[in-house]
Amino acid sequence: MSLTVFLILGLASVIFSLLMVFTKNPVHSVIFLILTFFSIAGQYVLLNAQFLAVVHIIVYAGAIMVLFLFVLMLLNLNTDAEPRQSSRWKLGAAIAAGMLLVTLVGALKGGIQLNMPEESNPYVGLAQNLGKSLFTDFVVPFEIAGILFLAAMVGAVLLAKRDVKI
Amino acid sequence: MSILLLYDIAFILEKSILVLVLFVITLTVAAYATFGERKVAAFIQDRVGPNRAGPLGLLQPLADGVKFFTKEDFMPNAAERWLYILAPGAFMFVACMTSAVIPWGTELTLFGLNVQLQVTDLNIGILYILGFTSLGVYGIMIGGWSSNNKYSLYGAIRASSQMISYELAMGLSLIAVVMLTGTLSLKEMAIQQAGINWNIWYQPLGFILFFTCALAECNRAPFDMAECETELIGGYHTEYSSMKLGFFLFAEYINMFIACAVIATVYFGGYNFPGVDPGWLGGLMGPIVMFAKTFFFIFVFMWIRWTLPRFRYDQLMHLGWKALIPLSILNMLLTGAGVLLFEG
Repeated sequence: MSLTVFLILGLASVIFSLLMVFTKNPVHSVIFLILTFFSIAGQYVLLNAQFLAVVHIIVYAGAIMVLFLFVLMLLNLNTDAEPRQSSRWKLGAAIAAGMLLVTLVGALKGGIQLNMPEESNPYVGLAQNLGKSLFTDFVVPFEIAGILFLAAMVGAVLLAKRDVKI
Repeated sequence: MSILLLYDIAFILEKSILVLVLFVITLTVAAYATFGERKVAAFIQDRVGPNRAGPLGLLQPLADGVKFFTKEDFMPNAAERWLYILAPGAFMFVACMTSAVIPWGTELTLFGLNVQLQVTDLNIGILYILGFTSLGVYGIMIGGWSSNNKYSLYGAIRASSQMISYELAMGLSLIAVVMLTGTLSLKEMAIQQAGINWNIWYQPLGFILFFTCALAECNRAPFDMAECETELIGGYHTEYSSMKLGFFLFAEYINMFIACAVIATVYFGGYNFPGVDPGWLGGLMGPIVMFAKTFFFIFVFMWIRWTLPRFRYDQLMHLGWKALIPLSILNMLLTGAGVLLFEG
């Protein structure tokens, strides 16, 4: 049962991400990316990590992609405005991406032999357990991430205030 | 194996019927909210209001629906065809999804069966609601953009930036409640507020903040920037007509209904009322109390709409960013101190 759901969601995320890459219209790309996020959130639910799933939706689909869509709508991109790439660039990009693919395949091929920790708690994704482990085992990285976000927020406010001399 | 399967089928059937009933109730309430809105407006402006269709005008929503369906369905030439069609559907879908985690009552005893009056008790219920509210922006943005009309685009940008801004204060004011109750599940929140032990007594500031944000999230006056006729014609749905427009308007009423139900659940005890056991009448008392509270808040929403004039856009943004967010952070700190003092 859960294998079927996993396969459907996996297929959906692959198809949507491919559509996201291959669509010409940037707004359509954004919408396919949102659908990809949804299928990934479904995977989180399958892994019993509802908290992660809903936070993933709130942060990525609900906030970041909205801003993407904002920018795209205001820029009004279309095929005429797209800069023409010369074929030399295309060749270079193809070689670079191909090498990345080889690297990724090589890395993942080795990764299968890695031993996954067997005794990991299946309920670690629930909000309570996740909170406990964030505030006990991982408190330093958690706080550092918090400071990082705070710095980014302060920076954004400062950038928005144009008349302030830095 | 077969017993398990039978149990599964019974479970799926029970939940499907519950979803269907809830869906019908949501649509009916939303339809009659349009009627109620006009009646309340008439009452406040000392008029009679709609009273021609059926007894006391009670068939007015039906007449409105027929009107929406039979109007010409106009599609602008330059519109992004599929997105233009998708947007109202997406908006409606998101509006209908949120009611799944709201506990309408405890248990209903029907033909010897105990039916839980909540579609699903997610352990992250309140985040689920926030998540779907944050998705509501897409219907508006895509609809406004795909119409290919500058007024629609401006309306969409205004409405969505308003929703994004107020979502922050909304989430922050809910965090205080989560800190107080120690749970994200709406069911547990309702259970904890038995009798008159409602969260409003501990979270008065949080309630005011949440209520204001809910008004803004539902695009209701005094925050109905999206439909600021004098500046923006009709806002993001300027180019929509027929039932596509109907979907947008209807979904706003559904949003209002759900927002009021969430307010009732989170701050006003949900299905609890002092001296009333939600299990009375075979469990029907819970939903009755819950709906009474919800309808009261819908009435307050309408009352505000017909009393207060619309804010200016910069005032709206000032209120959101410079008043509500700092206040909700303050509320969070106070709640944290209170929890530490009295419970720690």
